[in-house]
Amino acid sequence: MSGITHTTALWYASRATGVVTLLLLTAVVVLGILVNRQGRLPGLPGFAVTGLHRNTSLLAVAFLAIHVLTAVADPFVTIRLAAAVLPFASAYKPFWLGLGAVSLDLVAALILTSLARARMSRRAWRGIHWLGYAAWPLAVVHSLGSSSDARSGLVLALLAGCVAAVVAAVAWRLSRAAREVPPAGRAAAILSRMSARKAEL
Amino acid sequence: MTGGLTLADLPMAYAGPPPGPEGPGGLPRLLPAAGAGPVDLRPHLARYGALGSAAGPGALIREVAAAGLTGRGGAAFPAARKLAAAGEARPAPVVVGNGAEGEPASSKDRSLLWISPHLVLDGLQLAAAAAGSATAVLYVRRDERLHGRLAGAIAERAAAGLDTAGVDLVQAPSRFLAGEESALVSRLTGKPARPAYRPVRGLPRLAPGRAALVLNVETLAHLALIARYGAAWFRTAGTAAEPGSMLVTLHLADGRTSVAEAPLGAGIAGLLGLDALADPPPGAGIPGAAGPVQAVLVGGYHGAWLPAAEAARLPLANEALLPLGAAVGAGVLAALPADRCGLAETARVARYLALESAGQCGPCFNGLPRIAAALEHLAGPRPDRRALGDLERWAGLVTGRGACHHPDGSVRFIRSALRVFAAEAGLHEQGRCRGTDPRPFLPVPAGRPASEEDWS
Amino acid sequence: MGRQLRVDPVACAGHGACAELLPELISVDEWGYPIVPDQPLPRGLQRAARRAVAGCPALALALTRVP
Repeated sequence: MSGITHTTALWYASRATGVVTLLLLTAVVVLGILVNRQGRLPGLPGFAVTGLHRNTSLLAVAFLAIHVLTAVADPFVTIRLAAAVLPFASAYKPFWLGLGAVSLDLVAALILTSLARARMSRRAWRGIHWLGYAAWPLAVVHSLGSSSDARSGLVLALLAGCVAAVVAAVAWRLSRAAREVPPAGRAAAILSRMSARKAEL
Repeated sequence: MTGGLTLADLPMAYAGPPPGPEGPGGLPRLLPAAGAGPVDLRPHLARYGALGSAAGPGALIREVAAAGLTGRGGAAFPAARKLAAAGEARPAPVVVGNGAEGEPASSKDRSLLWISPHLVLDGLQLAAAAAGSATAVLYVRRDERLHGRLAGAIAERAAAGLDTAGVDLVQAPSRFLAGEESALVSRLTGKPARPAYRPVRGLPRLAPGRAALVLNVETLAHLALIARYGAAWFRTAGTAAEPGSMLVTLHLADGRTSVAEAPLGAGIAGLLGLDALADPPPGAGIPGAAGPVQAVLVGGYHGAWLPAAEAARLPLANEALLPLGAAVGAGVLAALPADRCGLAETARVARYLALESAGQCGPCFNGLPRIAAALEHLAGPRPDRRALGDLERWAGLVTGRGACHHPDGSVRFIRSALRVFAAEAGLHEQGRCRGTDPRPFLPVPAGRPASEEDWS
Repeated sequence: MGRQLRVDPVACAGHGACAELLPELISVDEWGYPIVPDQPLPRGLQRAARRAVAGCPALALALTRVP
């Protein structure tokens, strides 16, 4: 067996940072759901959940950058830098990498609009932020298709864990939303609660 | 003053010579002479003449400024300033006649629209010309018959080639807040009629770069007359500080309701048939033509209660009312009979006001229901004293913390009740109540908003 | 010319982050909604106020100019 060469190191780095990026993106999605529903993490104040969501997303971007650059630099496979943002422009596995490129584009849109939040309308920002629910599954599918690693062993287990975490978080969000009173009924709901309570006095 | 309120035959308070350059401050101006019914296009033109096209928008705005016309929707904002701002806005704003009249105790706007639609439509054209706009909207409370009549009037004018600006008829939902300016604008953009947060005052925006000029339908009707007869004529009625006439909705102590036209500054006693010279012992009502009256609600459900003896000595003018915590508002005057419980009446209305919250702002949809529940408790026998303290705390928490003035106006109304009916509260603590007539007096719509569609 | 904090009550969902980040100025009512005083911002709190504005998940808090 040959020693670990320069090229093999890049290839390993790309796959490893890819997995870390996906883990971080999963955390970002789950934290985002917590922020939206005012969920709390034990022992942390409310603003910390928002802070964690934002900082984790920046960390994810850092790992995403390394993931892309090491893949491009690796001479073993031909991937142009442009293929990282232009979907399906890669010579190597164009479809699966293309999905990754779409995901990257969406993540870039989310990050850039969030940095420029104060300058855009709330509706526009929210509309783009919803694309996060597209960016994450694309990253998962990209992982499954790009590398045989992802279809067995530890990496598959990690992927399954990520999917389970997001599914659970989304289910939690939907159940909370289903129980939420729409604006037209809020005052009425509180009034009937209050009247019932007063009647007991 | 006779008759109950039906759209077909609305009674007039004062009969007098028709308005015109020769006439003294004779009323009625907006409503036809006593006995006449709704005014169609031909009689409208016969009475008032056609709108002259000589004066340009600038001249009209100057005339309106000289006349001192203020908004008749409740806020009393100087109309000339709004028209001038609209004239300067680019592109030209959409001109909207606000006939939503969300206040259940007020029927003057729909009466005006039914009886004298052409005055309102004339005013709409004038406002559109002043704003340089080719489109106008008439925003009217949901009512099939009224809409049919208005659509007919608009079509008749179009056929006669009277109108330059096209008029769209838009239905307002039957909500208390439907006529609120930002709610109206929201509805015009296709969204539900909910108030919006407006940190910057000025003409409301329909879309980035598109403003709206919103005027109450009665204001538009006055505009139509000022354009014909001038500022000096307009000022022959009313006071120097508050010139002109206005439509008022009168709720008499015997349960009858009528819409009348009165000069600003007219005595409240005369309008409600109260004995202005009465000096009753505290707690007793003052005599009135329709029965003894204990208190008068001035301005509507965002207005204020005043003790009857005090109200009977006051004119319908902000100059006199504002220092007492009341205002002319949209011209609602209700004379509460002596045999009713003022707290129970107020509690009923407070419940309605709470349910009319748009449900957008936390302090409002949390505070108003709690305040209403506390008031209901205080209106019952032997209430817990803590309810009053809670109510006061919540009242302080909701004021100024909503996107619109719904919480503020509601709190003003409720606080005035606690002041004026303090003696009643004392009776309740002893398990007594002066109310011997359990029938509801103030009009509150039955049913309540259950769904989002009710706001569209 | 000073600056003042204003909350958009329609956008506000009562997260409470602003009160956590700027407790010197912002408190929370019994329903979780912020009570923001209607006064100009004291000089020393400008930085913390900016952090509070950035920390609002609903973008409901704004720093406005007052003449």
